Amino acid sequence: MNYIEHVGKYFQMLGQVFKRPQKWNVFKDALFREIEDLGLKSVGIVAFIAFFVGGVIAIQTALNLESPIIPKYLIGFATKRAMILEFAPTFASVILAGKVGSFITSSIGTMRVTEQIDALEVMGINSLNYLVLPKIIAAVFFYPLLVALAIFLGIFGGWVAGALTDLFHSVNYIEGIQMDFNPFLLKYAAIKAVVFAFVIATVPSYHGYYVKGGALEVGRASTQAVVWTSVVIILLNYFLTQLLLS
Amino acid sequence: MIEVNNIHKSFGESKILKGISASFEKGKTSLIIGQSGSGKTVFLKSLLGLHVPEEGTISFDGRISGQMDVKDKRQLRQDIGMVFQGSALFDSLTVEENVMFPLKMFTDQSFSEMQDRVSAVLNRVNLPDAFKKFPAELSGGMQKRVAIARAIVMNPKYLFCDEPNSGLDPKTAIVIDNLIQEITDEYQIITVINTHDMNSVMEIGEKIIFLQDGLKAWEGTSKEIFKTDNESVVDFVYSSNLFKKVRQAYLNEIN
Repeated sequence: MNYIEHVGKYFQMLGQVFKRPQKWNVFKDALFREIEDLGLKSVGIVAFIAFFVGGVIAIQTALNLESPIIPKYLIGFATKRAMILEFAPTFASVILAGKVGSFITSSIGTMRVTEQIDALEVMGINSLNYLVLPKIIAAVFFYPLLVALAIFLGIFGGWVAGALTDLFHSVNYIEGIQMDFNPFLLKYAAIKAVVFAFVIATVPSYHGYYVKGGALEVGRASTQAVVWTSVVIILLNYFLTQLLLS
Repeated sequence: MIEVNNIHKSFGESKILKGISASFEKGKTSLIIGQSGSGKTVFLKSLLGLHVPEEGTISFDGRISGQMDVKDKRQLRQDIGMVFQGSALFDSLTVEENVMFPLKMFTDQSFSEMQDRVSAVLNRVNLPDAFKKFPAELSGGMQKRVAIARAIVMNPKYLFCDEPNSGLDPKTAIVIDNLIQEITDEYQIITVINTHDMNSVMEIGEKIIFLQDGLKAWEGTSKEIFKTDNESVVDFVYSSNLFKKVRQAYLNEIN
């Protein structure tokens, strides 16, 4: 199957996904389960990485600002901008593409090869709607919160790094993060988070849903899902940046 | 009654079903047998609506599956219970939740009403103590019984089973066979079983259909299968020495 066929099949899949749920109570239960699986269980890894990435950006910036005429508040400013513009929405999404993407593909793929999806279809249930729509809604609503947390922890991580290394003063860092506040950049981060969340929920679902074979094929599909989700995120990141910032 | 009339199904260039007609009656257990690749699974999946035949019709008590609108199709699906080869229980749900799932999805019963119904069917399949267990904690035979409970919880009119004895020891296989036959009789449903298990053929085959190369090569009862002179059926059913001896003993006895 060539790439164009895959893209067509992906959009056909979305056509089945975006239908009215057959039973709202069942949908609500599935949604809460997905919020836990895809969102809450990712808080730890996102927080850990954001905190240390923030710290590393602050340290790297401080070490590379050797000229005495460059103000030290630039370290806080650079850390804030880097976290909001790229590291929180894009870096976190690529990490989630690995963690959440492989989980989604393997869980749906296993359901496919063990005939659980056939069982849903025989019962008269729209399996794509039942399995994928809660994942999309959970991801689209929860990931902007994860990105906000990542921004906060990244900036905090930069401040902690300064306090621990004495490379810059806390006052300068705080002055930098308060400087030239542009609310649109937060909107930009939120838009990217929503778009990437949609990709993280749907591309791995596609790979899992249409898998054929057994355990080996499910493993291969998981790997492919992570690769393609990351590729799509990186490409969309480029286009969104052009579209929203230039 | 389920009436299948001259159905054809192909995948690409390969023709899998080449014009099969059959009928399945209420309160009877019908078995589909045949070698691997004979078209059994495609035939069963066509009955279930998972494959759409290119030619021919399948009617369920006069309702032709290819001519129904979405609402009628959904209603028909609710009249169907299915036991899959690997049980196909939802891993993330407990036994109780698995069996309750169709009720939650398609009825407006209260939780206590659903619990009563689940309890009744789990007792019927002799699994009164497994409510809170997950499928992974159950043996193969117990998983099959849960799958049967889930298949009958909505009081289906039609029960389909794909290799219900696969992977089970002979004693458990007989328990599952008997359970399916009892349920068929008790609920007066139409049961169609896809099987390789010759014990099932002898024990519960009220009607047996033998498929070969996408065609119906033979049809009869478990008694008639002993006497048949159809070479393909004899080669397939009596391929083991034990069954050859059983058949010979039976033929000697009736002669």
